[in-house]
Amino acid sequence: MLQGLKKVFQDIAEKIRTTTLSDEEVEKTLQTFFSQLVSNDVAVETAESIVSGLREELKRVRVGRFNGDRAVVRQILRRAVEDKIKQADARILLERAERNMGAGRPTVIMFVGPNGSGKTTTVVKLATYLRSHGYSVILASADTFRAGAIEQLETLGEREGFIVVKQGYGADATAVAVDAVNRARSMRAHFVLVDTAGRTETDRGLLEEMKKMKRVLNPDFVIYVGDALTGNAAVEQARQFNSVVGIDYVILAKLDADARGGSALSIAHATGKPLIFAGVGQDMKDLDDSPRERVLSSLDLA
Amino acid sequence: MVASQLAKTFKDVLSRFLASPSADRQAVEELVRGIQRALLVSDVNVELVSRLSDRIRERSLSEKLPPGVSRKDAVLKIVYEELASLLGSRPPKFSTGGKKPYIIMLLGIQGAGKTTTAAKLANYLKKNGFKVGVVCADTYRPGAFQQLQQLLAPRDIPVYGEPDSKDSVAIAVKGIRELAAHDLDVVIIDTAGRHKEQSTLMEEMKMLEKAIKPDENLLVIDGTIGQQAGVHAKSFHENTRVGSIIVTKLDTSAKGGGALSAVSATGAQIKFIGVGEALEDFEAFNPSGYIASLLGVPDIESLVERVKLAELEVSEEKAKALLSGRFTLEDMVNQLREMKKLGPLRKILSKLPLPGMADLPEEELEKAEERIKKWSAIIQSMTAEEKSNPQIVDDSRARRIARGAGVSERDVKELIRNYQLSRKMMKDRRLRHVLRQTKGI
Repeated sequence: MLQGLKKVFQDIAEKIRTTTLSDEEVEKTLQTFFSQLVSNDVAVETAESIVSGLREELKRVRVGRFNGDRAVVRQILRRAVEDKIKQADARILLERAERNMGAGRPTVIMFVGPNGSGKTTTVVKLATYLRSHGYSVILASADTFRAGAIEQLETLGEREGFIVVKQGYGADATAVAVDAVNRARSMRAHFVLVDTAGRTETDRGLLEEMKKMKRVLNPDFVIYVGDALTGNAAVEQARQFNSVVGIDYVILAKLDADARGGSALSIAHATGKPLIFAGVGQDMKDLDDSPRERVLSSLDLA
Repeated sequence: MVASQLAKTFKDVLSRFLASPSADRQAVEELVRGIQRALLVSDVNVELVSRLSDRIRERSLSEKLPPGVSRKDAVLKIVYEELASLLGSRPPKFSTGGKKPYIIMLLGIQGAGKTTTAAKLANYLKKNGFKVGVVCADTYRPGAFQQLQQLLAPRDIPVYGEPDSKDSVAIAVKGIRELAAHDLDVVIIDTAGRHKEQSTLMEEMKMLEKAIKPDENLLVIDGTIGQQAGVHAKSFHENTRVGSIIVTKLDTSAKGGGALSAVSATGAQIKFIGVGEALEDFEAFNPSGYIASLLGVPDIESLVERVKLAELEVSEEKAKALLSGRFTLEDMVNQLREMKKLGPLRKILSKLPLPGMADLPEEELEKAEERIKKWSAIIQSMTAEEKSNPQIVDDSRARRIARGAGVSERDVKELIRNYQLSRKMMKDRRLRHVLRQTKGI
């Protein structure tokens, strides 16, 4: 995984380190770097921003020359990418739950994202993660739109031993979520994870609906689930969800599918929001709580 | 198809290019760079883009300008031809070749939209006169069977599945046998999502293929997928030969450039595209229409295609007649009503080669839809003579018609006024000029 980008970073580090580059050569190297970023699924917009940051940096540092100092070069590259990915500590969720439990209420996490990005599977994975840390979780099936969605969460959730609160198709999604919160309160459960219907970023009406649900539900966190295989659409998707609904954290799903991880950079660039988990397999335990390290170390930059 | 943004970029580049007097090297280079960026933003594979731009560069500089052809047209033609050579120039046809039942197996990565596509395809084929059934052989994702049932039961399309079984091969084999009772033309097998890193699942797919020997393997590609589309498609192709491709989610901001890589990796053609959440949001892929919209020249072709496919009695001639102003009152109302059946007015209007159609306010469109309903009723209350000669409708006739249709007299008069206005408008020289122009490319 992420082998491609790793090589990209090694190549450019080597090039900058070993050669004294003219302006023209710098530009040529940056162009190559740009297309390599893009071929690793970094969105064009994000790649342009990384490259222009790098260009500035190189101008500044070139005054002092690199003297073949590998560490300096690595630092420059690392900075150009590091700025783009932030990592949230999963303990934030657990600490919030402790605090909320003291006040007698559950911690509510709402999941949003485009169709087919992996929301439902991710909900159950996070539930499994939270339980393994000693917290109780209730799931709410608030995707009352897509055929089969309720059965999917119900089957998957119950197979893992979670209570799934649901109503029928066409039911008010917010009502289902509120219902689940009330259940959690009376059962003194720590978490309510709310699965919502996937929607496209171009459908403003559906996004507004999500915003309304957020207003009524007032969740502790909104988590955006993005597909690691997404190309340039990653930027517009994440940007629209963040600007209309507002998100706190990002989970990158399907990172095991030989995804180049470029979309991690694009989503973070578009929203400025930190990554909190990455989905890395078919099993419910396949959730990585330090995705940033995973990305950076694959880039040979950790 | 959401290619407007890309189209805008193209247009910007082209107009900048046209500002310079001749196709000098620098101008061509600028054009190529603009096209490159647009294609990369559309998720077209980096290598493919670089090959393509080499060709455009080379041809732009070496080919002579034919007499009477503007530089703009010549460059557009090159870009068009190069894209067409990747996509194929004609829309591929679906055919069972007389085999019965014709078995289609759907393949794809998790979340690409296979199950939704299975239902859309079934619905589409049924509308095209095939008897269709669907087998759910996805034993991994819970709810897959229920999803198909919920989508297809209302359309009277049989679905076979065993939600409690884990044996996809047995389900598929039994499903085909069970559905034989329905005397079907086409059986669609929906399978579990998988990707090339999951060797057990890829193995399962091969076993499935061996057991049911599908006539066509259809690869479902997520329109939002990026640079990895090609390698994933290739892996599917190596395990089970991909016959054709369906691209989903083209109603998003994605342009589906990943599908282009899948085409070049498999040699298979794109047959259909998914453009929305409703079952009807499914179209036959039209390469030239796709390119036309890529280039910012809206086409009427795919509109006519959709009209035909929704099993309507609208011929191409009729559509042309409508647009040229040779139509009767009844024609107008019927056309509007049939159009309405195709889906939301906004979608249809945005495909017409008329400026500003896509930005009509929502309430205007709602009113228009309401009006079409009323007009259909009015037409039915008119005599043949009145229909062919609407100016004879006086107050007393209008009263009678209004009573019969359950509308107000004002509605009747509004319809007639509208008809006369439309006729006049369609006869307008400039408008017809626009329409004629859009027939090109």
